[in-house]
Amino acid sequence: MLVMDIISSILLIAGVFFGLSGAIGLFRFPDFFTRVHAASVTDSIAALFIVSGLLLQTSFDLNTAKLLFILLFLMITSPTASHALAKSARHGGLLTLAEKKQDQKEPN
Amino acid sequence: MAVLIDLVLLAMLALTALRIIFLKDLFAVVMLFSIYSFLSALIFVSLDAVDVAFTEASVGAGISTVLMLVTLVLTGRTEKENPHSSLLPLVVVLVTGAALIYGTLDMPPFGDANNPVHQHVAPRYIEESPKEVGLPNMVTSVLASYRGFDTLGETAVVFSAAIGVLALLGVRRRDDEGTKENFKVAEDPSPDEDFTAHHVLRVVAKLIIPLVILFALYVQFHGDFGPGGGFQAGVIAAAAFILYALVFGLRLCYEVVSPKFLQIMAALGVLLYAGVGLFSMMKGGQFLDYNQLAADPIAGQHYGIIIIELGVGITVFAVMLSIFYAFASQVGRPNAK
Repeated sequence: MLVMDIISSILLIAGVFFGLSGAIGLFRFPDFFTRVHAASVTDSIAALFIVSGLLLQTSFDLNTAKLLFILLFLMITSPTASHALAKSARHGGLLTLAEKKQDQKEPN
Repeated sequence: MAVLIDLVLLAMLALTALRIIFLKDLFAVVMLFSIYSFLSALIFVSLDAVDVAFTEASVGAGISTVLMLVTLVLTGRTEKENPHSSLLPLVVVLVTGAALIYGTLDMPPFGDANNPVHQHVAPRYIEESPKEVGLPNMVTSVLASYRGFDTLGETAVVFSAAIGVLALLGVRRRDDEGTKENFKVAEDPSPDEDFTAHHVLRVVAKLIIPLVILFALYVQFHGDFGPGGGFQAGVIAAAAFILYALVFGLRLCYEVVSPKFLQIMAALGVLLYAGVGLFSMMKGGQFLDYNQLAADPIAGQHYGIIIIELGVGITVFAVMLSIFYAFASQVGRPNAK
């Protein structure tokens, strides 16, 4: 049981680390696309680690199945959400950082 | 620890509310409202009121956000400048707030077991409801059986909301006054090239929608045993169809569930609920007295609760989807905006 607890704590701490770094990135990154990247880190990898950490805390009953379903759902929906965000920004004509730099260089 | 979590959540709630007041960008305001609802849901979870939290998360953060976003498409996303002086409203708010805070001084201490709310009917429900109703989820016993008449009223309120929205807006249909050209814009804001470009969304939506509907059915019929019930299930099922309409276009969604069908369903749910009440009267009991529905009172309670929860679920589903139809079908109207 102790081994399980240790693995679970490591997973939870890793999840918290990625969640925090995603949050910091959301504030510190320079433009929309990099921020979406940071937010999607929180959505996908942090959620993956935290739910797996919680999985090991259950006694492998109905709750385990429910958590697995949540994990499955998050794995499908959160990358899709990031994709839809980035795509609609692109559709609205938002340029990436590199493209903006190129635009500024060209007139010179 | 629990107090600390409550305080942090309440502080975040207050910050969100303050931010909402000062923002002029309504799109951001809608998103903050959604965050506000999720925070309230978290507070309800921390208060062990999971049924309420479930409702708040699905209704407050889910459906209302979508409905407000659709409204924003119609009205534009920036708030109009208010030319009136805000002095009088400020005075009113300050006086009301002071009166409310004065009122809290008379409130019993938070979380004390001797509070009137824990001494009045709660002990009776906790002791008697396993014998009288026999459901593991006491919230459903109270909501559907002891307070069945109140819940009928709530369902009627939801139903009348749909009547109000449809009376004001109506659902524009293919054969309505607008030409077919207009309607095409209304239904499907993404013409062909965009339509094929939404590959990822379409594949994922196809994968997710059946699971969401399955989950709605689980919530509907598992409400007797765990958190859930008609209100949440109806909203979740409606969300599945709204997702379908958003990804595949309103026209295809009309073909799956037509607006007319929804109007009949909305009335049918309330009718089913009230019908159970009338049936129990016919059997010689009082209105909504489920004990009369079967020879064994406990079995009668079970039948009654399952049926009225189904009525609630049908009405809520139909009303939410009707309101979405009413808003979304206005999007392409020539004089919109």
